[in-house]
Amino acid sequence: MSELKGETPFTNPGLPPHRPRRADEDPKAARRAEFQAVGLLVVSILGTVGAVLAYLFLPLSGSNGDIRRMTALMGAGIFLGMIGIGMGAIHWAKTLMRDHEMVEERHPIRSSDDTREEAVQMLKDGVEDSGVGVGRRGLLKGTMLTALAIAPLSVAIPMIGNLGGDWNVGQIKHTMWRKGMRLTRDPEGTPIKAADVTIGSVFHVIPEGLAETPDPLEEKAKAVVLLIRLDPRDLNVVPGREDWSFDGIVAYSKICTHVGCPVALYEQQTHHLLCPCHQSTFDVANGCKVIFGPAKRPLPQLPITVDSEGYIVAQRDFDEPVGPSFWERLK
Amino acid sequence: MHSLASRRYHRSAPLVLVLALLALITVAYAFFASAPARADEGFTDAQVAGGQKLFAANCATCHGLNAEGSSFAPSLVGVGAAAVDFQVGTGRMPMQASGPQAQAKKPQFSQAEIDQLAAFVASLGTGPSVPTAEQVDGSLGDPAAGMELFRTNCAMCHGSVGGGGALTEGKFAPSLFNTTPTHIYEAMLTGPQSMPVFNNANISPESKRDIIAYLEEQRDEPPGGLTLGSLGPVSEGLWAWIVGVGLIIGITVWVGSRSS
Amino acid sequence: MSKVTRAANSTASFVDDRTSIGGFVKFFSRKLFPDHWSFLLGEVALYSFIVLLITGVFMTGYFIPSAEQTVYDGSFATMQGVEMSQAFQSTLHLSFDVRGGLLIRQIHHWSALMFTAAIMMHMLRVFFTGAFRKPRDINWLVGFGLLTLSLAAGFSGYSLPDDVLSGNGLRILDGVVKSIPVLGTRISYWMFGGEFPGDALIPRLYTLHVLLVPAAILGLVGLHLFLVFLHKHTQYPGGGRTHKNVVGLPLFPVYVAKAGGFFFVVFGVLTLLGALMTINPIWNYGPYDPSPVSAGAQPDWYMLFLEGALRLTPGFLDFSIGGWDVPMNVLLPGVLLPGIIFTLQAIYPFVEAWATGDRGERHVLDRPRNVPVRTSIGAALIAFYAVLMLAGSNDILATTFHMSINTLTNTFRVLIFVLPIAAFWVTKRVCFGLQRKDRELALHGHETGRIVRTESGEYIEVHQPLSEQELWLAVGHDNLTPIEIEPKTNERGVKRPGYRWDRFRQALSRFYYEDRVEPVTPAELAAAADEHH
Repeated sequence: MSELKGETPFTNPGLPPHRPRRADEDPKAARRAEFQAVGLLVVSILGTVGAVLAYLFLPLSGSNGDIRRMTALMGAGIFLGMIGIGMGAIHWAKTLMRDHEMVEERHPIRSSDDTREEAVQMLKDGVEDSGVGVGRRGLLKGTMLTALAIAPLSVAIPMIGNLGGDWNVGQIKHTMWRKGMRLTRDPEGTPIKAADVTIGSVFHVIPEGLAETPDPLEEKAKAVVLLIRLDPRDLNVVPGREDWSFDGIVAYSKICTHVGCPVALYEQQTHHLLCPCHQSTFDVANGCKVIFGPAKRPLPQLPITVDSEGYIVAQRDFDEPVGPSFWERLK
Repeated sequence: MHSLASRRYHRSAPLVLVLALLALITVAYAFFASAPARADEGFTDAQVAGGQKLFAANCATCHGLNAEGSSFAPSLVGVGAAAVDFQVGTGRMPMQASGPQAQAKKPQFSQAEIDQLAAFVASLGTGPSVPTAEQVDGSLGDPAAGMELFRTNCAMCHGSVGGGGALTEGKFAPSLFNTTPTHIYEAMLTGPQSMPVFNNANISPESKRDIIAYLEEQRDEPPGGLTLGSLGPVSEGLWAWIVGVGLIIGITVWVGSRSS
Repeated sequence: MSKVTRAANSTASFVDDRTSIGGFVKFFSRKLFPDHWSFLLGEVALYSFIVLLITGVFMTGYFIPSAEQTVYDGSFATMQGVEMSQAFQSTLHLSFDVRGGLLIRQIHHWSALMFTAAIMMHMLRVFFTGAFRKPRDINWLVGFGLLTLSLAAGFSGYSLPDDVLSGNGLRILDGVVKSIPVLGTRISYWMFGGEFPGDALIPRLYTLHVLLVPAAILGLVGLHLFLVFLHKHTQYPGGGRTHKNVVGLPLFPVYVAKAGGFFFVVFGVLTLLGALMTINPIWNYGPYDPSPVSAGAQPDWYMLFLEGALRLTPGFLDFSIGGWDVPMNVLLPGVLLPGIIFTLQAIYPFVEAWATGDRGERHVLDRPRNVPVRTSIGAALIAFYAVLMLAGSNDILATTFHMSINTLTNTFRVLIFVLPIAAFWVTKRVCFGLQRKDRELALHGHETGRIVRTESGEYIEVHQPLSEQELWLAVGHDNLTPIEIEPKTNERGVKRPGYRWDRFRQALSRFYYEDRVEPVTPAELAAAADEHH
């Protein structure tokens, strides 16, 4: 083995003298150790039996108490059953098995030079036998490598390609909100009258007819909205969006623009919306702009109005994709 | 003949009639007008008067003698008896210092006194009233429906089983484990401090009862064993390290040590 | 010969005739393993994995990996009549209507937490003792692969029940993937088979979790153990232990009993956790729906570092180039940070070996104090990781300790830079202090506390010289110095190519080894001994 860098100049004093254990010298101590191990193993047997009995005979009527008892008692039985064996075996090894330290030589991991030479020679012989030695039959080697390299593609491409479904990525830019679509309560689906939304309320909203769409969860994942009413004196309407809200009632997308969790915590007094996942905070009184946290963009606003019966309806879809940023979001 | 009708042309007849009409209207108004406010809560005049005294002594410094509000406390006109019963009943009011988070503490007043305060505030303007025993009886509610509603409207602040959660700037939504059904109902109805208002058009009284049923169901024995505070994966990870790794390392050191 | 012996002999013969198992027995049965508790940490991971396999197989008998909607009609009251996926419903059924089902589920999840914890503890032990040096650097890579796979196994596993908590975790994954420039949305579509959440997600996670990842883990574990046997285990420094031997006790019977018994111990402890402590109570979270979310929305502990990074990275990093979004506030913590950390982790043994200029095989472990820079780097990385984990729990900290999440977040934003540097510096100083103490001990021995008054009136404290074994521990370690490099110019005064790279290498080597406490030399020791007489 090569000399190791920085090795100490001191010489190794050799193995320390062996210290006998009590059980090595005193037969009574050895007997005691044996009984301790036996005791542990007996505990194990009892535990195993207990676990099986618990499985067979404990009632499971469906009440929480029954489930808790079954879990705890079966578990306790298995616990004792296992740990008894474990500690019994380990105790036996520690007290009764011979513990004189033994020494074994290490051999270098590296193969000997002879072996390496022989191995290299074998490989060379093999290459010669193959008829494609260095500089020979280049075309054969080249085409073999090419064919091998591209062969997996015939399986990999369909495998990967099919996993993407219809690959219609443009869908994520639009939601199901349309002109005149009523805002309804989540999860009941009942429409909301403007008069119901009092100052300080927050309604969790889904579009009318969500349950009848072919992919309700996928639509819901984009279309959930928060409906909030502020005192109009507190609300600073975003310029250009004067007709998107009315009388202090505003609607914003519930999908966080950070990484997409529902932004659901509404603080009535401060008019702040807090997302519980990464603590992005949005100010409802100021166009839901970000005032703290890792999000950058304000929540998209849903333009709303009231229909002839007094129910709140959307004017059209959001004018930007909801949720987190992605490469082609604005294109 | 001296029938009443023959006196109708007496010169004092109009005056008597007007006075009689006024008396009739006064009695009718006193009977009907106070009935809605008082028949619902059953508040008496004595309670209103007692409440006014208590209010002046304990609340008026911040809220004004007629609860009209001031720069550091909002007006209480129209908040209703429910709000008072909640705020004072959970000890949040009187507040030690004005601020957005009112800490629940030991209530300063007896329920009788709280009723008086509620009566007084309710008399200032109509507002949500204290729920009846039937409205907050969880055994009449559907816990599964309650859980769906709780999950959508409440869990993001209060945690999935009402263990509490953080809001911004040091505020928090408190744990609901020890809150009475009446106070839960009232909090939903009145939207105290940071909590939004869940009026009866948003969450109907039956739905509120369903939510109470769900929360009461949660106080039943947890099926999996110790709940570790129901705080989620963070506490689970902490206990995995403390109990699990701790036990394992302890046993590991024993395995590797020399026997004496 | 007794009947048992005869039976054993004929069985052994039968097998050996067909498998030459005799050679195998010769090689393995009396293999020596050094005895130290810290060598058992890898086994904790292995045994946790076996428990995961056993409990996992049990659960495959009940779990239905389908997102198809159904209505619950089982015994749990708060879920009655609720619409949910088959995945969620079958998990509820397993928990409440199968005898011992909840126990098995809980054991499984606690084992997953323990598996990743054990891997990290084992990795730290290997790191701090330098067990990753040649020839074990490739085993470090195998271990790194196992660590990554364990994270994948855990994440895919807890997402299977399709509950609100793990579903929001998948939503976050979708958001992170979408943030990748150019290909983000396509990768997201590929993973979910379309828009989020999609029907394909649960079945795909199931295949990953039950087939692909465990198969990969088993393969790598086999390779990992094979290499341990081939290289033989490392050993702590001590009398009689050199780079050319291994001192310990034989596999059969001692380690069969100790390691085999330890499996049962780990199984038992994991069962105890599953029996008494609730974990992942999905009946409280409810079936996944994109609308609800609960306070305390965190992933399992081993993903918390990513969660913390996502919470700390400020939003102003989100920018666009020519109308194309580059959300660096998500890319940095979600993609770049783990990429960089994992890469550095994987290549570390090679970097350190390159900086050390050492090409020999190392089989004796380092005491951490004797390799101050490596130990300090480890301390700094632990500090970094700890800050990220705390940041990921900031709302739980706020709720429990009545603090403000805003203050906590801003504090962690500062600490993430300051604490690792401080940890590095403090650890390095502590290591030097300990090394100096070793020098003191070697030269002057233990203080006995016995004061002796000499005839001339002088008071001296009697010192007990170190025993041979103790002395070896204090002085017997390697003293590594920075590498030398060839001069800048060759004999004709021309700057040689590759000089810049060599200088960089030397700078790194200096960073590691320039500051050091010289160990005691034999001459110093002799001089000190004379002095004391």
